Amino acid sequence: MQHFRVKVFGRAAEGFELHQAIPVFHRWIQTNALPELLIDVADYSHVPGGPGVLLAGHDSHYGLDLRKNRLGLLYIRRTAQDGSTADRLRSALAAARAACEKLVQEPEFAGKLSFDFDEIEISVNDRLLAPNIPESYQELADELGAVLDGYTFRHDGEPRDLLTVLAVRAH
Amino acid sequence: MKASNSLWKQKLAGRIAEPLASELDVYENEVALRRQGKIDEKVFAETRLRRGAYGQRYDNGQRHDGITARKLEFPTAGTKGPSTLWDAPGMQRIKIPYGGMNAEQIEVMAELAEEYSDGIAHITTRQDFQLHFIHIEDTPALMRRLAAVGITTREACGNSVRNVTACHLTGVCRTQTFDVTPYAHALTYFLLGHPDCQDFGRKFKIAFSGCRTEACGLARMHDIGAVAATREIDGQVKRGFEFYIGGGLGTVPQQARLFEEFLPEEELLPISQSICRVFARLGEKKNRNTARLKFLVSKLGLDEFKRLVCEDRKTLTPDPRWTAFLSDLGTHDEAPLKPPSLLQIAPVRDPGFDEWYKTNVYSQRQGGYSTVTVALPLGDITADQLRALADVTRKYVKDTVRTTVEQNMVLRWVSSGDLPAVYRELKAAGLGEPGAGTIADVVSCPGTDTCKLGISSSRGLSGELRWRLAEKQFVMDEAIRNLRIKVSGCFNSCGQHHVADLGFYGVSRNKGGYTVPHFQVVLGGQWDNNAGAYGLAIGAVPSKRIPDTVERITGRYLAERQTGERFQAWIKRIGKAACKSMIDDLTAVPAHDTSPEFYVDWADAREYTIGDIGIGECAGEVVNPIDFQLAACERETFEAQLALEAGDAARARMLAYESMLHGASALLKQRMPMFSDDPDQVAGLFREQLVDTQLFHDPFAGPKFAHYFLKAHERRNEAVTDTRAHQLIEEAQLFIEASHACYARMRQQPVSTKA
Ligand code: SF4
Repeated sequence: MQHFRVKVFGRAAEGFELHQAIPVFHRWIQTNALPELLIDVADYSHVPGGPGVLLAGHDSHYGLDLRKNRLGLLYIRRTAQDGSTADRLRSALAAARAACEKLVQEPEFAGKLSFDFDEIEISVNDRLLAPNIPESYQELADELGAVLDGYTFRHDGEPRDLLTVLAVRAH
Repeated sequence: MKASNSLWKQKLAGRIAEPLASELDVYENEVALRRQGKIDEKVFAETRLRRGAYGQRYDNGQRHDGITARKLEFPTAGTKGPSTLWDAPGMQRIKIPYGGMNAEQIEVMAELAEEYSDGIAHITTRQDFQLHFIHIEDTPALMRRLAAVGITTREACGNSVRNVTACHLTGVCRTQTFDVTPYAHALTYFLLGHPDCQDFGRKFKIAFSGCRTEACGLARMHDIGAVAATREIDGQVKRGFEFYIGGGLGTVPQQARLFEEFLPEEELLPISQSICRVFARLGEKKNRNTARLKFLVSKLGLDEFKRLVCEDRKTLTPDPRWTAFLSDLGTHDEAPLKPPSLLQIAPVRDPGFDEWYKTNVYSQRQGGYSTVTVALPLGDITADQLRALADVTRKYVKDTVRTTVEQNMVLRWVSSGDLPAVYRELKAAGLGEPGAGTIADVVSCPGTDTCKLGISSSRGLSGELRWRLAEKQFVMDEAIRNLRIKVSGCFNSCGQHHVADLGFYGVSRNKGGYTVPHFQVVLGGQWDNNAGAYGLAIGAVPSKRIPDTVERITGRYLAERQTGERFQAWIKRIGKAACKSMIDDLTAVPAHDTSPEFYVDWADAREYTIGDIGIGECAGEVVNPIDFQLAACERETFEAQLALEAGDAARARMLAYESMLHGASALLKQRMPMFSDDPDQVAGLFREQLVDTQLFHDPFAGPKFAHYFLKAHERRNEAVTDTRAHQLIEEAQLFIEASHACYARMRQQPVSTKA
């Protein structure tokens, strides 16, 4: 499997403003804040349940996302990667985690945005490589079991959605 | 690039009709060959454009990040066209003839937006879809997936017949003459890939309208505009078209001219074919700036052009397709899913329903049915929303969905009793916004977000206006609520600002060594009568003051309008001088130190630049005299408008020409301190110093704007018509804009002292 998409759900506290992600993401480009080629920032905050504010890159997009009307940090792997499925999963999860950690430290969001990693949505952004059927779900859940410790998994969404697993941390 | 790309061909084998399947195989090979450097980049650029794979901002690998111009270090070497890097994300345009779609196609659009783009599908002002951030190597798979559901991207861009548009209400409209859908369909597929349409110097746009007076078809701003008409011949009602040619917006907008008052339906295809043949044969090929059909019609004159077309028509070999479709016009008749019903008067409705009903529901000519507009902010819709819309489509109508030129979608044939349920389901998907077709339903081109030519952030501004106006729209006076705002990121007019009540297009200005985003304000365009009249620019206002500008103009209109007086009539009555004085104080730009927000565009955080222009060496508060001189030139073009308005075309022409002459002088003074102000010398030096050196060249339009001045200089003693004077004023405005841009470029270059 390739092209993983990871959404880490976030919590907004008082004073949080989505459009503040615009200067933050522009700064990430200016300062080479992430170890990959970042291209531009797209503002979709006008779209209900949309991509929010997107940081478009060559290999990946990052976004402070509002899909399904839930705020979260969304990481989307665009280009193909070498290695095993587990390697690619680890890489996607690590990229999303790093972006979350960075985001909450930005002055615009400090104390106003948090990610507790209790719930993470993992999808495969390619319907041909990973059709949304029980067999693919099982394969992905098994792979995830090896890389995400302490979570339970659930096949999420409707049949037309990307193959999606909701990982919930077991307390 | 997707790992699955090579698998789609096999997966979709047998599901793509010929010749499309073979065409896509060829295209895939061309992508591979260009990747290996075995096809010339220019040839490949035209190839991909003809498949709708377009460039996107920063695809030359340069981007100003607000501090410095930086190189985008893409991993793959090579280009997909001149100055267009292989890896740089691009835009895919997808043709939707007359906007017609079904549920399956909507679902595929959702998948593509999600898997290849950024999760958003965007509807354009010509009923197309656009997806952004697309990798060129993903395009063959993407196109195959579209082809499998009957959509082609062929000739979506490039020098070809673009998407054929039609009013979204045709067939259900109460004022239509007849349904133009089967005619739009027939002409689309007749001209698609037609050998006579493969050698154009520029794009070619066609629109159909079901009636003359409403706006939806916008027939009169197209290369071909066909307006449904009937005529009684030998006691029988015959169908045909009021047939217009040579219209267009772009830098110098032109109203289409009446080619035939009544073109019989059986002549629609052959005459269109002959028009294409004459255009291909005689249209300009070298200079893109004068290559649209409107220039050819102007050059030859309507009568001569028509004579050539009629001569050509006689030579055509008869083609059965010309009339085959006429024997089965009913093929495109839509059917409802449910029986007709009436909207029940309910004691309690969902909150928001009544407002939505008022603006987003149209009672069809067929009793008991309604057309519902799904208002999309800035034409954007998410993959999830597209799937929800497909569900609503299947549940309430029979695949009768269309995109609109106002960047929305409509569901036709909703049984009126279902409206509350439809509203509830759309609202749950975030698609229940009211205000379709009102002042809050702002139309915008992509502008600086993704377009390579964008000067100011049209989407940023439109988003801001939409947000502010949406809040107030239901407490506004109806006269204001029904106005239309359209925004373009530059003079190319993709946002159709010329036909809006309040139109804006992006320009820039210099202040104290900084570049400041602005919009030209264009008032009094006419949306009705198929885009019956174009507005004129009254002045440039800093982007950040456009919301105040809207408030001020609409406030004045409300206070001063006479009973029943429409906006265009009011603008005409008060005159351009009053319009300009209304915004005069808003044109001032505060200093960078005190108001840095004026130097950052909407929805951006970077200090504004054009291209890679940053803060020049004259940063500080010293105002260069050229700023004053160019401002004086703008005043002259404005006075030219006033003269034209007063019926003095000769004076209008003289003022427009002089504004260009003075603009040229102002620029030359930056290069050489001493020269005479004799017009011939100014024109000669302008050519030598600024045209031959390409300093005045627009990065995309080349020497086009320079030629406006040089041509006006050569012909300065000839008599002019009102139309030519009007055109000259438009040209002068663009020349002054280009002078501002040229000055910005000059600031980046060492000064030549050649005397
Ligand atoms: S009007 Fe200008 S900025 Fe807008 S899409 Fe057209 S070319 Fe681009």
